[in-house]
Order: sequence, then C-alpha cells, then structure tokens
Amino acid sequence: MNERVAKLRKQSVETRPYISTERAELLTEFYKSDIPQRESVPVTRALSFKHIMENKAICINDGELIVGERGPAPKATPTYPELCCHTMEDLRILNSRERTPFVVTEEVKKIYSENIIPFWTGKTMREKLFGAMEQKWHQAFKAGVFTEFMEQRAPGHAILDDKIYHKGMVDFKRDIEENRKKLDYFNDRLVYEKDQEYQAMSICADAVIIFAQRYATKATELAQQESDPVRRSELEKTAEVCSYVPANAPRNFWEALQAYWFVHLSVITELNTWDSFNPGRLDQHLLPFYKQGLKEGSLTDEQAKELLQCFWVKFNNQPAPPKVGITEEQSGTYTDFSLINIGGIRPSDGSDAVNDVSYMMLDVVEEMHLTQPSSCIQISKKNPDRFLKRACEVIRTGIGQPSVFNTDVIIKEMLQDGKNMTDARTGGPSGCVTVSSFGKESCTLTGYINWPKIFELACNDGVDPKSGEQVGPQTGDASKFTSYRQLMAAYKEQLRYFIDLKIKANNVIERLFANYMPAPFMSILMDDCIARGLDYHNGGARYNPTYIQGVGIGTVADALAAVKCHVFDKQDIAMDELLKAMRDDFEGYENMQQKLLYHTPKYGNDDDYADSIAEEIFNTYYDLLNGRPNTKGGKYRVNLLPTTVHIYFGSVTGALPNGKKAGEPVSEGISPSQGSDIKGPTAVIKSAARIDHVRTGGTLLNMKFNPHMLDGDGIDKLGHLIRSYFKLDGHHIQFNVIDAETLRKAQQNPEKHRDLIVRVAGYSDYFVDVGQDLQNEIIARTEQQSL
Amino acid sequence: MFQSKGAELEIKGLVFDVKKYAIHDGPGIRTTVFFKGCPLKCQWCHNPESWRAYAEHGFRKGRCVGCLQCVEACPEQAISIIDNRPVTEINKCSLCGRCVDVCMACAREIIGREMTLGEIMAEIEQDVIFYDESGGGVTISGGEPLMQPEFLLAVLNQCQRQRIHTTVDTSCYAEPKIVEMVGERADMFLCDIKHMDSEIHERFTGVGNNPILNNIRLLSEAGKEIIVRIPIIPGFNDEKANIEATGKFTASLPGVIRVDILPFNRGGKEKSTRLKAQSKHLQVETPNEEQMNSIAKSLSKYGFEVKIGG
Repeated sequence: MNERVAKLRKQSVETRPYISTERAELLTEFYKSDIPQRESVPVTRALSFKHIMENKAICINDGELIVGERGPAPKATPTYPELCCHTMEDLRILNSRERTPFVVTEEVKKIYSENIIPFWTGKTMREKLFGAMEQKWHQAFKAGVFTEFMEQRAPGHAILDDKIYHKGMVDFKRDIEENRKKLDYFNDRLVYEKDQEYQAMSICADAVIIFAQRYATKATELAQQESDPVRRSELEKTAEVCSYVPANAPRNFWEALQAYWFVHLSVITELNTWDSFNPGRLDQHLLPFYKQGLKEGSLTDEQAKELLQCFWVKFNNQPAPPKVGITEEQSGTYTDFSLINIGGIRPSDGSDAVNDVSYMMLDVVEEMHLTQPSSCIQISKKNPDRFLKRACEVIRTGIGQPSVFNTDVIIKEMLQDGKNMTDARTGGPSGCVTVSSFGKESCTLTGYINWPKIFELACNDGVDPKSGEQVGPQTGDASKFTSYRQLMAAYKEQLRYFIDLKIKANNVIERLFANYMPAPFMSILMDDCIARGLDYHNGGARYNPTYIQGVGIGTVADALAAVKCHVFDKQDIAMDELLKAMRDDFEGYENMQQKLLYHTPKYGNDDDYADSIAEEIFNTYYDLLNGRPNTKGGKYRVNLLPTTVHIYFGSVTGALPNGKKAGEPVSEGISPSQGSDIKGPTAVIKSAARIDHVRTGGTLLNMKFNPHMLDGDGIDKLGHLIRSYFKLDGHHIQFNVIDAETLRKAQQNPEKHRDLIVRVAGYSDYFVDVGQDLQNEIIARTEQQSL
Repeated sequence: MFQSKGAELEIKGLVFDVKKYAIHDGPGIRTTVFFKGCPLKCQWCHNPESWRAYAEHGFRKGRCVGCLQCVEACPEQAISIIDNRPVTEINKCSLCGRCVDVCMACAREIIGREMTLGEIMAEIEQDVIFYDESGGGVTISGGEPLMQPEFLLAVLNQCQRQRIHTTVDTSCYAEPKIVEMVGERADMFLCDIKHMDSEIHERFTGVGNNPILNNIRLLSEAGKEIIVRIPIIPGFNDEKANIEATGKFTASLPGVIRVDILPFNRGGKEKSTRLKAQSKHLQVETPNEEQMNSIAKSLSKYGFEVKIGG
C-alpha cells in the first residue's frame, strides 16, 4: 500500500474507539422541540434524521479520498438513546473494561447525566419492549433461554443491490412523488400512513443530499487553504464528487464508492441497525465504472486499488456502537458486521461474475489486513478454481477472511422460500451467514435460542437448576424415563413452548418498531417500500422473513447421544445417577465425566449414531418454526449461527451429559463441540452436511487449520475440501488459521483441543498427541511463519 | 480361487490406523490405511507402533490421571500399583481391551486391530466425494503393506471395482512375486530409498537394500507411476556421495514422477515410549531448511521434480 493508505490505515488502527455524544445531543435537542408533538411518527423520525445530518460535524481526514464519518471523527462512536440509553454505570464500565473498551471522557459523562439520561429515561424502545413482555418471557430471557436483538438495536440486516449506481437521491425523490400521487384516498384504509411515509422518505433524501453538499463545501474550503497543489486538486475533486453524489447517480469509480459511503453512513446514522449495512456485490457494481475508467484513460489499476483501500479504511473507522446493561466480564466487539460479497454469479443470467475487480478486492483484503469490513467470497460451480485458490491464499494469512459461501445453495434456499429466480440469484449473506435478496428483503434476526439450556430444562421437568424457578413446562421427571424417546419428546415439548413464547413476543416487538421507530431513509433503498408506501419495518420490503437463530446443535446432539448410549443402549450409567452428576457439576463423578467425554459417540465424526440425532434436532426445529407467519406479511425461517453467544449460552447452562461442565461454552454454529471432532476435516464436513442446508437461511461452519496444512498444494486441497462441502449442499465455511498462542493453550489444556491437527513433517497428526518436544518445535515454527 | 463377494468382504487384516484427509500420501485428498507389521526397523521411524505384526498394548503415560480403574478391570491381574500409578506387566496381558474401555483419560490403547475388508471399505467409502473432487483416493501404508499381501490385494481389488485410485506406500522389501501382483492392482507407488549402500542400509534398518532397489526397478519397468521418497537423516544418508548415488539410481528409473525428500522428525521417539519394547532411536537434529534446499538442488540436477516435505 502507498504512503497515503498506510497513514490512513495507521490512524484507523491506532485510534482508540471513544463515545461521542454528538448524535445523542442533536437528537435530544430535536425531541425537546415541539415537532414530535405536531408531526406523525415517520415525519418526526425523518426530521430528526435531517436535523442530525444538517448539524453533525464534517470531517475530512488528511489525505483521504473517500470522505465521511458516522461520528465527528474516526472511531468516534455515536449512541442511539431513542433505542436504548446508556446508564452512568454502562459508561463507567465501557471506559474501564479490559476487552473492547470505549474511552468515555468526563465531559461525555456530564452531558449524559445532565442531558441525555434525564430526557430519555422512560422513553426508549428498550423500555417499551420490556414493558410489553409477559412474565413468562422475562423469566426465560433472564434464564438465558433466548436473547432479544431489538432490546439493543433496530431491525436491519439489510444489503444493498445496484440501484444507487443507477439512481441518485433526486431520482428516488421523483419516484416517491409519483407514487404519492397515485395514492387511493377512496379505497385504501392506510392512505394517511402511506402519505406520511412518503413525506418522510422525501425528507430523508433531502437530508442526505444536504449532508453530502456540506462535505463538498468543506472540501472546497480546505482546497482554498491547501498549499500543496496535488492535495489541492484532490480536495477539489472531492468537492466535485460530493456535490454530485449521492444526489445523482455516480458517473465514475470514485463517485460510485463515495455514493455508497454516504448512503452507508446515512443508514447507520438513521438507526443503529442490527448488522450495520452492506454494499452487497461490490465487485459487480463497480465493474462498469472500472472498465469505463480504464477505457477512457481516466482510471488506472493503481488508482482503483487506492480508492478501494481508502474505502476499506472508512469501514474500520466505525466501531459497532456498544451495548447497554453491560458487565465488566462481558466482551463486546468493535465489528459492526459489514460484509463485502466478492464473486458469485450475475443475477440477470446466472453466469460467472468473477472479474478483475474481484481479484483486486482480494488483494485489498490481504494488504489492508483489517477486521472491518469483513469479506466473503461467493462460490458457484461456475466460478473458476483459480479464484477460489486466490481466496484460500488470503485465508492462509490468518485473518479469518474471506469466509466462503455456496452460491448454488443460496439460490436453492431462496427458491425454497418462494422467491423468483432473478431475486434468488440476487441473494447472498449480509453481516454473518444469513442470506437475503439484496435490495429487496427485510430479513430480521430476532435473537438466539439456547438449545442446550432447553435440553437442561427437559432433564429437570422445566425447572432451571440455576434459579430453582419453573421456567419451562413440566415435561416429566427425567429419572423415571424408560426410553431415550421419552427424553427426546420432553426436549421437543420444551422447545415448542419456548418457540411459541418467542414468536408471541416477536409479533409485539415488530409492531413496536413499525409504529414507533420506522426507518424512512432505509426504506428508500429497499424494493418495494416506495411502491407500497410502507416502511422497511412495516412490510414494505418485497420479502420479510423473521429468524430465531438456533444455537448449540453439537452440544445437544452429543448430550442426547450420551444418554442414548450410556443410559439406554449400554446401560452403564443410570439416569438418576447422571442427573445427580449434572447437578453436582461432575464433582465426585470425574470418571463418569471422562466416559461421557471420551467413550461416547460425538457429532462431527461422520458417525451416524450422533449425526442422526443432530439431523433430528434440526428437523424438529425446522418443523416447529419454519413457515409460521410474522406481522409483516412474511414467514419465520430457520438459521443456525452463534456469533459469540455460545459463550454466554454456555455460561448460563449447567453440566450436561456430553461431559460439558457448568459454565463452559456450548458448541458454535453447526461446528462440533469444542475438541470432540477427532476424525479430521472431511468427517466434520460429512457430519455438517447431514443438516439439510437448503431448508435454512444460513448455517455457520468454523474450521481450524494449522498454517502448515496449507503449505504448497495444501492450498489446493483446501479448495477441494470447500468444493466437496458445497457439492453436499453446505452453506458456508470459514477457516481460522491457528496461531502459536492457540497451540500453547492446547499444550496446557489438551482435553479442549483434541481436534487440532498439525503438520509434523510429511505427515499430519493431532497436536495433543505429538509429544512435548515436537509440540515446542511446531509452536516455534508457527511463530516464525506468522512473522 | 474365486470367492463370493460376501465371503471376500470377511477377509481380515491387521490395521493400526485409518486416517482421513491425508494430504501428503499421494495425489489429492486421501484416506490412508496403516497396516501393522514391518520387516524393517529404521532407527528414525516415526511409526514405531507399526513394526510388530501383532496387536500390542500401548500406554501414554502423560495422559494417565491415576484413576486406577484399569487395575480392577484387568482379568489377568497384569496391572499393579506402584507409586499410585498403574504399571502393566505386558507378558501377562491378553490384549482383551478391558483396560482400554475403562481408561477415562484414553491413556490406554490396543494398537492394531483385525479389520475385515468390509469394515475397511466402509471407512474408505465415507470420503469418496473428497477423492472425486480432488483426484485423490486411498493410500495403503504401514508398517509394510506387502507383509499382508492377500489382504492388500483384496483392498486393492475392491477399490479398483469402485474406480477408487490406489497408492501403496512401501519399503519394497518383499518377494518380487508379491511386488509384481500388487503392481498389477495399484495405481501408484510411494517407494522409500533410504541409502544406496546396502551395508549401511542394513546397519540402520535391519535389512540390506538389494531386494528393495530391484523391486523398485521392477515396478518402474512395469510402467507404474512412482514417487520416490527419501527420508533425510543427518549423519546417515545426507552426505553428498549418497545423495548423488540416489539421484543417479532414481534417474535411471522410467516411472518416477517426483522425488520427495522428508526431513527427519522426532515424532517416532515419543511414540516409541508408548510401547512395551522401546525401539532404538537416533538422537539427531531435524535438518534445517538450508540443508534441505541444498539436497533438493543436488537431486534436481538429475531432471526430476523434487519436493521438500512430500
């Protein structure tokens, strides 16, 4: 990377994230005015957004080509007190916590205690939401049976298609006005709501134009003061770009990136949406501009790459806004789940879409080595192997990027959900692994559900052993069960109960957001909100599925397999004894725990005994959830992903029959329980493929690799492994390349790392088995390679 | 002569490991089946558990948690307690495996088990999709696969019927007749050349190299694809004269598609501590990258592809 990019990158990486009250103050100022009393909710929201965009600080960093920050400067992180308001205790913890801290100055604390907290207390969405929930919901929420995304953020998970590269805000305003004229005042009972939504959208479009214009003005000012002629002309160019986009459709590569960035900032300033926002298939969107620039001689490869790198830095400048109600021990994340899709197919005809910009973006990912934005490649059987290989080379560098998605299965998933072929081909993952049709879908993730906890409740007649409370229904005294099927039936009954409880609540929460917290700016961007006159949060999008993310399939499958194996098949452990051992967290039952850990079939080893149970658990969840209606005209769908919640879910779940001790993490995604897959990567893939991915909206498979396994043609074999998984309809796979620190941990706690394969020399072996001498040698080698 | 397929699937062989995602034992992604028993006793062997042609008891001291459940479980009273640790008298052991079943720390194992052809094939067939995608297949390694010729031929036949690519990883120390028969069935061979001087060869491996070199030539002249593998053992075979002699011999073989040079590693020493009769192990250092590169360069002169690490 050149000097400019290196400097911007350094600034981004080295600046410590801090809390900015800019947005909170502007918002509070606005809500203290009498406008909210006078105007409808959508118009109020739009005017508050406009107030922020008209008044927030303008920031052009030294040397940058793509401009715009969410806060007043890089790493300045705004808050969203209308959604949830940080307490003084939250601010104190944020400032002091060991992991992912945010600097909170005394001035920020003062503004919060004097201005923000007094105004917003009692008015936040979080309080509305909790206030609307029934007692049973609160009990389950507190026990850690499920989480609720919307207590912290707003629905989002939105990905953009190519529309902003063809239309500017001026064009969208025209569309809005035309549709508004068509409102049917005689027959449409929602006509007033729609009229207000149209007004709100129009105000938001203006707000964004004004915001960009303010950047143009600032760039002109700076240009006039600039003595360096090169920088002066860059600033003049920046002014020209910002005065043209996003008001109008971009005309070139630079304008295309800047247009997206303004739109991105606007979406994440309007609300703190879950999974911030995503540009979708950026390589395809940029290709026409890239080609045209090269043809005209107005763009070189170096310039295109430099602009992309400047664009990359902008994402990294925006840490995810921190949660409220936090504790010292909890770790947060700075990652706001912006994911750039690379590769895949063309939506129009389904042909291979890998192009020069795709390869350039992989170079950028490798060189920039940033955690934000995240990147993924989409791989269809039509994409060339050399593209996959290049991506594997980037994976080998150990940044956990790009993750790899199966385009052919994504299409099947979308068709299974009832989408037409073009919309199905327009799909891909947003922040994590859940897929939606870009620019056309509100795919709302509502929270994780803790399958292992539900299993624990099934073992205890619905009583949470941690609190002694009756959290779930009474499904019988497990010590009296005479067959494995009885336990499975109890688990299913518990699961049914909690799914119902969660859906019931979700249907209320959806209405809270539709009524009190619309997103008129994001609605402009998502088909068919303008055509329908409905907000993104109110069924305006063409597709509106809702998800509850299942977590812990590995743990539950292993737990059920253990009971089946030892209590009922081999009969070498009695059920009441097992239940007692669970209650005592295996204290005094160490031998039983060892037996459960090491002499029991486990999911992830291509062993039908455990894998068939995993399959049944998935099918049960699917049958109970898939297709149930939400309040936006959409349906519930199934996905299996954890982010980092498997740590929290493990902490609230006691000892389980798979040998898990109380508090230990549950399994993540569809990966096997930590350390239980001992047959290598092909076996994990075969087990994971037992789940019918086509019937999901996303699954997450994490695999660990030692960098030496990827030496030489090891990288081709990684590609073959991916292709094989995808032939089996696997949805997603990502690789963690192991570092020396992990190896050291494995040396100290071998029981947790039985799955770690390392290359010794000419052959591979399980790290925990190779003897200390050799372990040390491998650690040293790994350390050396990562230098 | 011709057995029914059902009966053939009941043929048994002694196997000590089946490894999936083997990516260093021939082309593509492979499953490697390790046969137990070897006529050579190489002092650098990283699989000393493969030597004896019978099952044996293995114990990983480092894993033992001292629960002493094995003491009670042993029907032969072969395990006694010394300093709160179990000590096994191997001559009393009947390899019944009870101690393995109760060993909660997985410190005990029976190395080597009789597997039927049907069982082996079930494991092999699990990963067919990976072989197809990567151009991989099955590698029969050991120990020495040629020590169980009947079983080896049965596995190779069965794979051939299913069009699964087969590689045999062998020392080539066997009767030429056996080598010939296996040569007709297997698609590829990984053949070790450890030293060109028969006397030195015998001193470090227990056998002379004449039959080995003859058999490699036999396979090569039969048109088989061969990857020659040379373990680089400092002080044994890494001197210039031997490397040159190895290169010259290899260059005279028609079917060699590549030469892999494998740096010595200390894995075998640790493994041998798990066994009853601990083998003699060389105390030498792993050759460094520079040494390996220089050997690779010397060998490349003979006109074949040389790969470090295999």
